[in-house]
Amino acid sequence: MVRIGVLGLQGAIREHIRSVEAVGAEGIVIKHKEQLEEIDGLILPGGESTTMRRLIDKYDFLEPLINFGKQGKPIFGTCAGLILLANDIVGNDNAHLRLMDMKVERNAFGRQRESFEAELEIKGVASDFEAVFIRAPYIVEVGPEVEVMATYKGSIVAAKQGHFLCSAFHPELTDDHRLTAYFKEMVEKANEPVLQGV
Amino acid sequence: MSKVGTDRVKRGMAEMQKGGVIMDVVNAEQAKIAEEAGAVAVMALERVPSDIRAAGGVARMADPTIVEEVMNAVSIPVMAKARIGHIVEARVLEAMGVDYIDESEVLTPADEVYHLNKRDYTVPFVCGCRNLGEAARRIGEGTAMLRTKGEPGTGNIVEAVRHMREVNAQVRQLVNMSVDEVMTYAKELGAPYEVLLDIKENGRLPVVNFAAGGIATPADAALMMQLGADGVFVGSGIFKSDNPANFARAIVEATTHYEDYELIAKVSKGIGTAMKGLEISTIAPEQRMQDRGW
Repeated sequence: MVRIGVLGLQGAIREHIRSVEAVGAEGIVIKHKEQLEEIDGLILPGGESTTMRRLIDKYDFLEPLINFGKQGKPIFGTCAGLILLANDIVGNDNAHLRLMDMKVERNAFGRQRESFEAELEIKGVASDFEAVFIRAPYIVEVGPEVEVMATYKGSIVAAKQGHFLCSAFHPELTDDHRLTAYFKEMVEKANEPVLQGV
Repeated sequence: MSKVGTDRVKRGMAEMQKGGVIMDVVNAEQAKIAEEAGAVAVMALERVPSDIRAAGGVARMADPTIVEEVMNAVSIPVMAKARIGHIVEARVLEAMGVDYIDESEVLTPADEVYHLNKRDYTVPFVCGCRNLGEAARRIGEGTAMLRTKGEPGTGNIVEAVRHMREVNAQVRQLVNMSVDEVMTYAKELGAPYEVLLDIKENGRLPVVNFAAGGIATPADAALMMQLGADGVFVGSGIFKSDNPANFARAIVEATTHYEDYELIAKVSKGIGTAMKGLEISTIAPEQRMQDRGW
């Protein structure tokens, strides 16, 4: 069974753990950087990205998180997690992990009263995914290596680059675990031992 | 087809605040200090609760100028308070684009009988509760988030502790009950039956429950987290301490790592003096904010 961590500094941590367990992986709340060594993949949950960044800095999580991704371990960022993964943020010169080649805009759909849910087609995952958007960001533009997986009214709301996955919406707030299952497969694939020639 | 203002969207917003600290602020400068310290949201007010208590008179919704100033100053969510039952204050705050409305006993109630029908609004609400009956009634009216009432503006944690323990003990009692007993329990609590059944089936409240009303130190915040709070509101505790930025940062860290006592000791060192507290028994019964609403 693969072990999937959920960064446990702030936000919807419990919901992601529930979703990870529902798709048959072990879920571990990651509160200390040393715990990154225990897991095969990581979810950056929804929450407040400014709060998470402050806590990431406070506990020297930034470099370990970047290294985790650079070692080829899969990372899935939802909402605030998507912002953490991007290498460019509109109106902010200090992007966070810079692991995905994309430019994102915070609160791009508006304030809470504009938050919504809608049915989405996610390439390779579902044609009818119930997506909950909360003060959500979207992806303004992507680099050549980023694959767009879903759009809503022309804006990019889910994408993948190699072993990195992100969504502007919150799969953890519904009982639809298909996107988490998709991520679990990514983790399993990355975790397969490299076959040695006989 | 997209839908706004659904239960999932409203309750989900509060889920995203979990493990975080929501801070009362009265102007843009304080809002920036709060955001910088790692607050997950700010509550825009005209006066913090301890000043409301000191000023006396009627406490109302904040001047929209202040709310707007705070909204323009930060990118984190902005909450604001409306008086219990004041439909128009709530609608005005919603129209301004406030992210969450606190139907709050800190302000003087506009209606002593009816709370707002919160299902009618697109904006989500947070409401105070002292026990499961009150929590379930507010959920019945559509609140998307709960908090303890505590005793606001006192810097005294005792009431928030009482309310958090009471709600959680009653939830446990309900979960362990036989279904036959739930209707009678609903009658005793004055709680909607369906809400109680839902809590019983899921083993927990359907919305998050934060601590509020009396949190003055990092240890207070961590205590409430240990008692099962999903996060904390700090009202007067930050900007009535003698070093707000220090207190704000320390309370954020203690909330995240509420079981790490070495860390709480470290962040509590040399941060300055906490707000001056108020012993509950010295407050005249008619001045007790927690008794407002039902």
